Amino acid sequence: MRYAMAVDTKKCVGCSDCVVACQTENNVPIGYCRDWIVEVTDGTYPQLEIEIRSERCNHCENAPCVRCCPTGASHYSDGGTVLVKKYHCIGCGACIASCPYDARFPHPDGYVDKCTFCLDNRVKKGMDPACVSVCPTKCMYFGDLDDPRSPVSQILKKRKYKTLIPEAGTKPHLYFLI
Amino acid sequence: MKTTRRQFIKVSSLYAGGVAMAGTGLKAASGLLNNLGGSTGGLSRTPTYCEICFWQCAGWVYKDDNGRIQKIIGNDDDPHCNGRLCPRGTGGVGMYHDEDRLKTPLIRRTVDGKQVFEEATWEEALDFIAEKMKTIAKEYGPECVVLFSHGSGGAHLGHMLKAFGSQSISAPSFAQCRGPREVAFLTTFGDIVYSPERTDIRDSRCLVFIGYHLGENMHNGQVQEMSDAIDKGATIITVDPRFSVAASKSKYWLPIKPATDLALLLSWIHVLIENGWYDKEYVEKYTFGFEQLREHVRQYTPEWAYGITTIDPNVIRRTAKEMYDASPAVIVHPGRHTTWYGDDTQRLRAVAILNAILGSWGRRGGFYFPERVQFPEYPTPPYPVPKRLPAEAYAGKYNLANEVVSNGICDATIPSVDSDCNFKVWLVNGTNLMLALPDQRKTLEAIQALELLVVIDTMPVEITGYADVVLPECTFLERYDMIRVSRHREPTLALRMPATEPKYHSKPGDWIARELGIRLGLEAYFPWKDMEEHLDWQLKQVGSSLEEMKRIGVKKFPRQYDDLYLHEGEDFFFNTNTGKIELYSTDMEEEGFPPLPVYTEHEQPPEGFYRLNYGRAPMHTFGRTANNPNLTDLMDENTLWVNPKVANLWGLENDQYIKLRNQDGIVSTFSIKVRITERIRWDSVYMVHGFGHDNKKLSRAHGRGINDTELITNVKTDPVMGGTGMRSNFVTFVFENKTVGKEAEA
Repeated sequence: MRYAMAVDTKKCVGCSDCVVACQTENNVPIGYCRDWIVEVTDGTYPQLEIEIRSERCNHCENAPCVRCCPTGASHYSDGGTVLVKKYHCIGCGACIASCPYDARFPHPDGYVDKCTFCLDNRVKKGMDPACVSVCPTKCMYFGDLDDPRSPVSQILKKRKYKTLIPEAGTKPHLYFLI
Repeated sequence: MKTTRRQFIKVSSLYAGGVAMAGTGLKAASGLLNNLGGSTGGLSRTPTYCEICFWQCAGWVYKDDNGRIQKIIGNDDDPHCNGRLCPRGTGGVGMYHDEDRLKTPLIRRTVDGKQVFEEATWEEALDFIAEKMKTIAKEYGPECVVLFSHGSGGAHLGHMLKAFGSQSISAPSFAQCRGPREVAFLTTFGDIVYSPERTDIRDSRCLVFIGYHLGENMHNGQVQEMSDAIDKGATIITVDPRFSVAASKSKYWLPIKPATDLALLLSWIHVLIENGWYDKEYVEKYTFGFEQLREHVRQYTPEWAYGITTIDPNVIRRTAKEMYDASPAVIVHPGRHTTWYGDDTQRLRAVAILNAILGSWGRRGGFYFPERVQFPEYPTPPYPVPKRLPAEAYAGKYNLANEVVSNGICDATIPSVDSDCNFKVWLVNGTNLMLALPDQRKTLEAIQALELLVVIDTMPVEITGYADVVLPECTFLERYDMIRVSRHREPTLALRMPATEPKYHSKPGDWIARELGIRLGLEAYFPWKDMEEHLDWQLKQVGSSLEEMKRIGVKKFPRQYDDLYLHEGEDFFFNTNTGKIELYSTDMEEEGFPPLPVYTEHEQPPEGFYRLNYGRAPMHTFGRTANNPNLTDLMDENTLWVNPKVANLWGLENDQYIKLRNQDGIVSTFSIKVRITERIRWDSVYMVHGFGHDNKKLSRAHGRGINDTELITNVKTDPVMGGTGMRSNFVTFVFENKTVGKEAEA
């Protein structure tokens, strides 16, 4: 089982609903976020393009954050989801420095926090992650890459996609449909 | 701005009287809450519909074991949201948690020659208002009391006011927003567009947006359907001087010269007719005045439009062909905020005509026929007939306005020698008129002339600073309101019930209206025991009940009347003078306006000035969310979009704070952060509306960004319906020390 997410940049309008839904679902304190919006503008007026991406932890198969964690707090969980055991985390910040996607932040309670794919609170109960379930444009697809019928497998079969910073060799599980 | 009689008071109470208030109103109701609704994962839920914008999506409020509101999730059965709220709805919890909320009634007093707000009990505040209203009405008639309202409180207060004898009820959502499109569609099709819009976007094959930035304007159902349409491969054509998010999703972006849209629209009509690219059968059967239209638009060639709009004639032809190829599944979208240049009804008439000749009205993928439940009112005595209707305040003007013109009321409030139609009391509920009405000098002048200004709101927005009495209304999460009876493909009802008790000393709108009504001797108009009994009676008349609605939140009903679309060859009577779709408008003609839209040139910015364009961000609703802790976390100030060429000319840098000065010499109170971007034309600048609050009690919003409304002093009023055209204002850059956030406090 390999959990993954695909975000359709052709449909995302960058409204940030994913951000606030994650905050209220996961009690992320105001001022912090586990997911965020990136907007890239390319070209010169009036020949322009924008790519809008809802970004979060890439839940890499080859995760530098897991490798560098001195206490084992950062670990692979079900479906390859990268999680942090907050009571094992000493807040050293090595993982934050190692992440090419800047996906982690120091939680005010003293541990490092990040996207969990809503694994325990939603996915294990058969629901989609909060961001996926709330998105007004339905631009996010989640599921198991090993299950050809999962929404994420289906959409990756149909559409062109890319991953971010592939040269880092992290094998990310966050795909962007282009 | 100097104010004399009514000094602006930053809501802070120097005088705390003996405040002892019983918050009993909802105790009985909230006792029921624990036993109601479903439960998922330790969370209990109650139904609501959202009040953060006016799309009113239905959802569920989830509370944890401690009774703390944790999240709001869309109701799957609701056609407004299909189970998915927008960021504002999801962040609606912040409206409840906001610690800057109005907490207790306040009365303006003069102490030692200084005006202050004194904390009062509800009894004191309501007695004070009722006494004043009675005295003033005795002298001037009850019609001199006005209600400005935007939101659910309006239904309760409006009922109270009508019972009192005044029909003077107005919302800025007409003459400052969607009025021109409603009047244009009414004169053309005999029906309005409504909210939620009757646009069949999900099945459309071609969407045309004229300055309509769907996606940044987060009207939920439409954004969802635009996404569906993108999935199905619909062609999107966006006309906008700014590369909006919608433009970035479009096959064609037409970067038009601002204020020339009508030339493009007329030229599209020309191309469609000259090439025979229109629905001949539909035009023949349903429309009136096609020959006059054909003759009228002969002059408006794409080459003519090119010189005005800067849009390539071939692009005009190609996009017209795209519309025709998709027809009738094509929507030339009427937009929503349409008060731009003062000839807006004419521009929207051109939009309506385009849709008419493409045959999209009443067709799948075009505009459907919405339907609502026939929902009875709780029986009350008939309202007294007022001696004076609000439209008499602007008699002889704006005759085609189908709603009350807010600025007409505001103007008539200012005393003048030739008008005896002055209004003396304003009740203002859920609308911050200081940000909503353009030309603040006029608004202030009107306020100074009032004998009583009562503001009923959840937040210390700017208008509260001018009030005689401030009443703290509770948020939508703490109250019942009227059942949401919405027009849609399927008729639905939705319930809002309190998820928790009102915080502080705030009270629900229905309670405020009723208590005021009783003090005005209008008990007979409030015969229900409480809102539960009121709503239950209404619901039982349509075969539901409050108990059922508490369980399901949204109830769908089968359609009773006409179908969603016209049948093949169906005879259809349109509610116009001719019974047809009026390409040639007899209403316009009768009122002395051009019966076919005529292009008029609008002012362009003088050298060194740039057109001030404004719009919306998906996480905010005007100024009303600017202090919401969850939503300011996503966006806490607006930025000024500037083209790199302009920035280069002025030596502007990204993230630099500057002030703006408009053509009338008005300088913005605060500074705004510069955002240099290729996404804006060189002749205009852009900012999101609703920022630059100057009330320090809004701790997160104060001094953050610029308030566009204060720079909108050149107002072009639409003679057809009174809409205030706000996009003929030009600004230039003022370099001085930054005045923002904390520094502004000093």
